[in-house]
Amino acid sequence: MRETLERIRQAAMEQLSAADADLEQIRIQYLGKKGELTAVLRGMGKLSAEERPVIGQLANEVRADIEQAIAAQAEKNAAAALEKKLIDERIDVTMPGTAPALGQRHPLAIIQREMEEIFIGMGFQIAEGPEVEYDYYNFQALNIPENHPARDTQDTFYITDKILLRSQTSPVQVRVMEKQRPPIRIISPGRVYRSDAVDATHSPLFHQMEGLVVDKGITMGDLKGMLELFAKQMFGEETRIRFRPHHFPFTEPSAEVDVSCFACGGKGCRLCKGEGWIEILGAGMVHPNVLRNCNVDPEEYSGFAFGMGIERVTMLKYHIDDMRLLYENDVRFLGQF
Amino acid sequence: MNLSRNWLADFVDVSDIENKAYCDRMTDTGSKVEGFEVLGDDIENVVVGRITTITPHENSDHLQICMLNVGGAEDIQIVTGAQNVFPGAIVPVALAPSKLPGGVVIKAGKLRGVASNGMLCSIGELNLTTHDMPDAIEDGILILDESFTDKIGMDIREALMLNDSVVEFEITSNRPDCLSVIGLARETAVSFDRALNIPTPVVKGVNDGDTVTNHITVAIDEPALCPRYTARVVKNVKIAPSPLWLRMRLRASGVRPINNIVDITNYVMLEYGQPMHAFDYACLDGSEIRVRRAAAGEQFMSLDDQPHTLDESMLVIADQNKAVALAGVMGGANSEITEKTATVVFESANFMGASVRVTAKKQGMRTESSARFEKGLDPENTLPAIQRACELVELLGAGDVVDGIIDLYPGKAEPTVLPLEPEKINRFLGVNLEGEYMAKVLRDLAFDVQGDRVIVPSFRADVVSMADIAEEIIRIYGYNAIESTAIFAGISQGMRTPSQAYEVELHDALVGMGLYQIETFSFISPKFYDRIGLPADSALRRSVVISNPLGEDTSVMRTTALPSMLEVLARNKNFANESAALYEMATVYLPHEAENELPDECKQLTLGMYGAGADFYTLKGVCENLLSLSRIAGARYVACGDNPTFHPGRCAKIVLADGAEAGILGEVHPTVAATYGLDSGTLIAALDFAVLFAHRSVEVEYKPLPKFPASTRDFSFVCEEALEVGHIEDVMAKAGGKLVEDIRLFDIYRGPQVGEGKKSVSMRVTLRAADRTLTVEECDKAAGKIVAALDRELGLKLRG
Repeated sequence: MRETLERIRQAAMEQLSAADADLEQIRIQYLGKKGELTAVLRGMGKLSAEERPVIGQLANEVRADIEQAIAAQAEKNAAAALEKKLIDERIDVTMPGTAPALGQRHPLAIIQREMEEIFIGMGFQIAEGPEVEYDYYNFQALNIPENHPARDTQDTFYITDKILLRSQTSPVQVRVMEKQRPPIRIISPGRVYRSDAVDATHSPLFHQMEGLVVDKGITMGDLKGMLELFAKQMFGEETRIRFRPHHFPFTEPSAEVDVSCFACGGKGCRLCKGEGWIEILGAGMVHPNVLRNCNVDPEEYSGFAFGMGIERVTMLKYHIDDMRLLYENDVRFLGQF
Repeated sequence: MNLSRNWLADFVDVSDIENKAYCDRMTDTGSKVEGFEVLGDDIENVVVGRITTITPHENSDHLQICMLNVGGAEDIQIVTGAQNVFPGAIVPVALAPSKLPGGVVIKAGKLRGVASNGMLCSIGELNLTTHDMPDAIEDGILILDESFTDKIGMDIREALMLNDSVVEFEITSNRPDCLSVIGLARETAVSFDRALNIPTPVVKGVNDGDTVTNHITVAIDEPALCPRYTARVVKNVKIAPSPLWLRMRLRASGVRPINNIVDITNYVMLEYGQPMHAFDYACLDGSEIRVRRAAAGEQFMSLDDQPHTLDESMLVIADQNKAVALAGVMGGANSEITEKTATVVFESANFMGASVRVTAKKQGMRTESSARFEKGLDPENTLPAIQRACELVELLGAGDVVDGIIDLYPGKAEPTVLPLEPEKINRFLGVNLEGEYMAKVLRDLAFDVQGDRVIVPSFRADVVSMADIAEEIIRIYGYNAIESTAIFAGISQGMRTPSQAYEVELHDALVGMGLYQIETFSFISPKFYDRIGLPADSALRRSVVISNPLGEDTSVMRTTALPSMLEVLARNKNFANESAALYEMATVYLPHEAENELPDECKQLTLGMYGAGADFYTLKGVCENLLSLSRIAGARYVACGDNPTFHPGRCAKIVLADGAEAGILGEVHPTVAATYGLDSGTLIAALDFAVLFAHRSVEVEYKPLPKFPASTRDFSFVCEEALEVGHIEDVMAKAGGKLVEDIRLFDIYRGPQVGEGKKSVSMRVTLRAADRTLTVEECDKAAGKIVAALDRELGLKLRG
């Protein structure tokens, strides 16, 4: 009997070790009601009282071994099946996605909004003014009388003798000061017009951003401080600024302002033409005549103003070398920003 | 303004300062430098030599073998093809190896078997002209005169005074005084803290008893336009080339040498910043010079032989019969200095800037002179300038200066006096400078400081207030030395206005829906109104017109941004871009009746798309989303068949609940599409930003989520093609009553089964009550009402 049990165990194990073993069939063959082991157990009654527990234990061991072996094999089979399924379900992850289309802001608008957010963060409001403007606001109130040579540098489109397309965003300064008493802290982005034929660096229409601060005790140091903050936020924490004396009729003192090249950090590169500095804006202390023209007493108040070209900053930041691209609106261009 | 550093050295010594350092400092103190050029740096190893012997070349008829003394122990041999050389001639010699302008390199070699160790140079090879070297010929070797005898072996750049550096300044319009060597010398002296030395010109005169009034008298008819007129006469004039040093200074300044008298006027203009003019005395009728207005229609031929018709706004210098100069702009051909000129009248006058500017502009002749006058020159400068001219006449031996000066000065003005307010200036600039320092800077800049009074020099008409004084001080102290500070002020609230914030919202939504933003020009051609089919009587054809446009295509301010959108769509199609979905937040300009009123500037949101997936309903979906984002409820899309820009059967107006029109959308009319080269099926829309903004709602109130389930009922029926789904929906909604939560089109079918001109429409109605689960009976009752209404009002029967 002992031999029979050992033989059954061996036979079952052999069968189970075959690659295509049918586990259910093996279970029935050995452990089923009519199975071989069951048959052995049934024959236990014929054994002596001494033998019975010994053989019984052995039989239980054999049963347990076979059951365990079947379970282990079943688990193995399930794992293999899952693995096969996962392999079969593999997809080509390099095929393109099918997301809904993503739109894009115009690069000029991206830069303009970036500037706006920086100044809003510093307590500025956004003032708007007309593009078709009176000569008075565009020139005269800004200390540029008729026949002033400064008018030459801004070839202006005229509608009538008195109405023109604004050549700068500065008239908004005057309009704001006429309406609002200091303290004033505004920016004014918008379109301006100059009679320049279209080429890689000129356009008869472009965008400027004007800034104006008027209050008691505003100093030129404040102007520097504010522009430094702006430059660091716009062009990076390491950015430095440099003032160069210049002349604008509506500010005194006036300055051209350079930022350290944000491409090379000031070492000199192609973008800054080896200078290490890039001219970015014009600025100055609001001319007392301009304050007076707006009924602001220059003895009581002072202020500063600044202005910059949005195209210029956009082209520098994105390394765009031809201004025409900005107004061509080719979707292959627009999609890049 | 091109400044010769050799010339500058006459007035201030900065010879120890390299060009780059010089330029940087000048820019920092307010005289912006565009760049500098080292003259003659393209010439290397060229010296002065003297030909000792010339022998013929045995293998050539036209070549000659020259032996030259170039200052060394032994003569060198050079073969030349030039025919104007002779033994004893002093010539420029390019030694082997050497460099010449234009990248030419001279090496030793053999010419037809004979060794040649360099080259003899012509003026062209040294980049000179016959203006620079009037005795030279163009097609031969430059023969130098005997004054070069002691310069044999000398570098040619030194011998010909080519060794100069030229600094190019960009002088701003408020500083005409810096359009001169002396003006820049003053700035240089202050910038580098050096001594400035401006000699007073000394004129000896001839003391022959003759006096200027024997020759001319002057009368100023228009003192307002001519504050000062100074004149002197030079007789026994010998017209000749100017000496080399003078020619080379003019050349360095970008002015062509002509002859001694003309060169002197140019030289003085460059040195003093005072334009001068010289008349040939013999050409004057009578002896009286009159500064008067031109007669209307008066004819005038300028020095450059251009005819001009003058008018009464222009000032002329005239003799008793004719104008001899257009004041401050250009002299006349009728009194030009020629080789025969024997007596010269020098004019050094001051004219009113605006008048010169208008005249020059009208005549289209902006000259060195007018460019200076129009910025407003210093009347005090006329006398020193004319004295300098006469000093040069004597120095050059160009003639005898007649004693006496004519100097009419009706416009003499008191100097500007300003208070020196150090505290105020420090407060304004945010610095802390001593009053003494301020006074020193001002004195160096030629301001007279007496206690707390600053007397502004006559050539600084731009300085009129404390701010101007502050600028003078700070530009020398250094803008970059100002410490940056934060504004000391109350907190101000930085934020967008509601309208600006709404605009940002729209941009973000449009981009989120896959549209690209475009930026187009605000001016268009009036012909574009034809291209979009605008009726001849359309109010939109009245535009703001630019009086001096660049061209017709940019000549009027647009009243609609649709042409701009169509143009961009067409351009993208031309670029073979398969599809495009675009929007522009455009401004349009709607004029008023009154001529001197500014137009209304309105924001128009245009949309445009073509390509795969772009149809009317895509575009409508975008519009619906925008309205939904703006919480504008109850908008209707009303078919619009009469807008000529759009397909009459595929166009809708967006009508808001109160009847306001928010915009129009649809397919581009095939005819319009064709004019742009666009496919039919291109879609555009124009929305009125102001209407959207006015109707938007910012109030949001949360609605509790439904607690009870909904039931749905589907309805399918066949109807006429022309019956609008919107109309069916309205009928169903009304009939279903308040249990109807939603009505949705879920299928539409056209085909042989439903018949020609008909469509099968399937709608799903969602029914729900807020307070209970609807019973089957309630739902059936509502559905029954809907079916009845469809039959009653539209004659529709449900499909079986």
